[in-house]
Amino acid sequence: MTIEPNESVVQVKNLKMYFTITRGLLRRKVGEIKAVDDISFVIKKNETLGLVGESGCGKTTTGRCILRLYTPTMGSIIFLGHDITTLTENRIRPLRRHIGAIFQDPYASLNPRHTAGTIAGRPLIVHHMVNGKSEYDDRVSELFKLVGLDPSMMDRVPHEFSGGQRQRLGIARALACSPSLVICDEPISALDVSIQAQIINLLEELQDRLGLTYLFIAHDLAVVQHISDRVAVMYLGCIVEISNSQELYKNPLHPYTKALLSAIPIPNPALERTRHRVVLKGEVPSPANPPTGCHFHPRCNLAISECAQVNPPLRDVGNGHEVACIRV
Amino acid sequence: MNTLLQVENLKTYFRTYRGIVKAVDDVSFNVNDKEIIGLVGESGCGKSVTMLSVMQLVSTPPGKIVGGKVIFEGQDLLQYKAKGDYMSSIRGGKIAMIFQEPMTSLNPVLTICRQLTETMECHLGMDSHAARRRAIELLKLVGIPEAENRIDAYPHQFSGGMRQRVMIAMALSCSPKILIADEPTTAVDVTTQAQLLDLMKEMVDQHHTSLIIVTHNLGVVARYAQRIYVMYAGRIVESGLSDDIFENPRHPYTIALLKCVPRLGETTEKKKLVPIKGLPPRLIDMPEHCPFLPRCAYKIEKCKTEPVSVLREVGNQHYISCFVDTQEKK
Repeated sequence: MTIEPNESVVQVKNLKMYFTITRGLLRRKVGEIKAVDDISFVIKKNETLGLVGESGCGKTTTGRCILRLYTPTMGSIIFLGHDITTLTENRIRPLRRHIGAIFQDPYASLNPRHTAGTIAGRPLIVHHMVNGKSEYDDRVSELFKLVGLDPSMMDRVPHEFSGGQRQRLGIARALACSPSLVICDEPISALDVSIQAQIINLLEELQDRLGLTYLFIAHDLAVVQHISDRVAVMYLGCIVEISNSQELYKNPLHPYTKALLSAIPIPNPALERTRHRVVLKGEVPSPANPPTGCHFHPRCNLAISECAQVNPPLRDVGNGHEVACIRV
Repeated sequence: MNTLLQVENLKTYFRTYRGIVKAVDDVSFNVNDKEIIGLVGESGCGKSVTMLSVMQLVSTPPGKIVGGKVIFEGQDLLQYKAKGDYMSSIRGGKIAMIFQEPMTSLNPVLTICRQLTETMECHLGMDSHAARRRAIELLKLVGIPEAENRIDAYPHQFSGGMRQRVMIAMALSCSPKILIADEPTTAVDVTTQAQLLDLMKEMVDQHHTSLIIVTHNLGVVARYAQRIYVMYAGRIVESGLSDDIFENPRHPYTIALLKCVPRLGETTEKKKLVPIKGLPPRLIDMPEHCPFLPRCAYKIEKCKTEPVSVLREVGNQHYISCFVDTQEKK
């Protein structure tokens, strides 16, 4: 499958993913968790879109919808020109090899009983990508080299690897079928500080070499700013701001983005003393019962009475910088 | 400024089947009155074990405090039995600790009230009514709404951030001299992290407590700590005033660590991060030489042949454990 530069790899339109809450013997439906509530975005070829937000804001659910691990409640996901929103399991499988996934916890996402070689090579067999043992072996050792692992480690099992090496193995598995899009769901948050940089650099190198497109999901804004071309900020199932990453950090518009940015401490004491800080009050409300209107208004310092009535859509304020707030 | 807590040459080893793990190896530090210090390092570098050793909470066996002194109020705490009366009066009373995981460090089958009042009844000899009143006050102080009603709730009815607030309230309940916060914010979101740390700072200012923040987050220490100790493989490799450490790091590990974290809003164009080569060492049967040697960019011949350097002064209150003068090579 070839794609033109600048062409979109994924188009997400009005995506909604609700999970039902059931109770009792008859599993009556008693409510809904609106994990993702009407979001739209596009990821272009060779681009990294960062998706940030606090836990429970729906960023992982978004990633899983694109992988079609969930069937969205509403909206559409168009991947390389195919509408994959409602495809059946058998129809989605041939497309899935074009989407790789790297998961958060390199300790839990690798089968402890499989050898490293099997873990990285399994997708090749599932998707019939190789003919014969020798081709398989060649491809697996190629993958190992690609991610900076020694092919002689192929026969080891996950517990013999360090956290960083396991994440490299996870990346090798994601890249096995030469995907166009890789969904990185918090790929570095479980790693040590000195190892995080190695993995970030590896992901950047691989993107340049293989022309990959990333959806980079993380809660660490400093890392997201570093790796992403564009960043989308999520709050309680909605995208509140989306922009080019430099612009977002220099000129954040949405009050939540501002608070989020100012909450992150910078490793520079002199700079820290001079920073203006916005500290949010309260906690994130439950997605089962979100506030009316703009979901952020109960915690917002700019909120007016109108904010409680309408949930504002994203609007363009120039240069592809979109924000969902009526007060800016 | 008075020195409140002085730890000298503390050594805590764990005996395992594979050999002896020197989790804390010759660590010395001190905490002054009304001061916030930061203990920074990657996971497994021994920062938590150091604090557990101060509180004598290291499980024995397999762990054992094999040497050193922990001097608090003129007494060497290590002279007292871990389960003895004196240590019990210190622990929670004069030195309090906030643990890493608010989810697991509260007892799920006891109400918040029971857990908060227990410490006060033990250490301050309050009766249950007075303790309850004080517990409600404390919950209000740490920002829990409807404290009168919520005090009878169970931990599972609280969110992660709220539970950590309860932990802070519990730690402050007996007005300790020193508060140790062991990775207080790893399990919570960034905006909650900011709320909690601001709360802790405020409490420390109000109650004239000293605070030790144990963390791997360099940003957190930059924002709150006045002095910093950097740990690597069970040793303190650099210590100094916060400004000096961040502006002018001198130990190769600190230099490398500061280069490998992406900083918010600092770069205008994509700049490559400089990762630290290799892996943190395994602490089993460590060699005599500097533990950072295999990953060091500044190493010289002397590093391989001689045992690791003792902390030497390189500036005002600034110490490093390294033979190399990194400033010349920079």
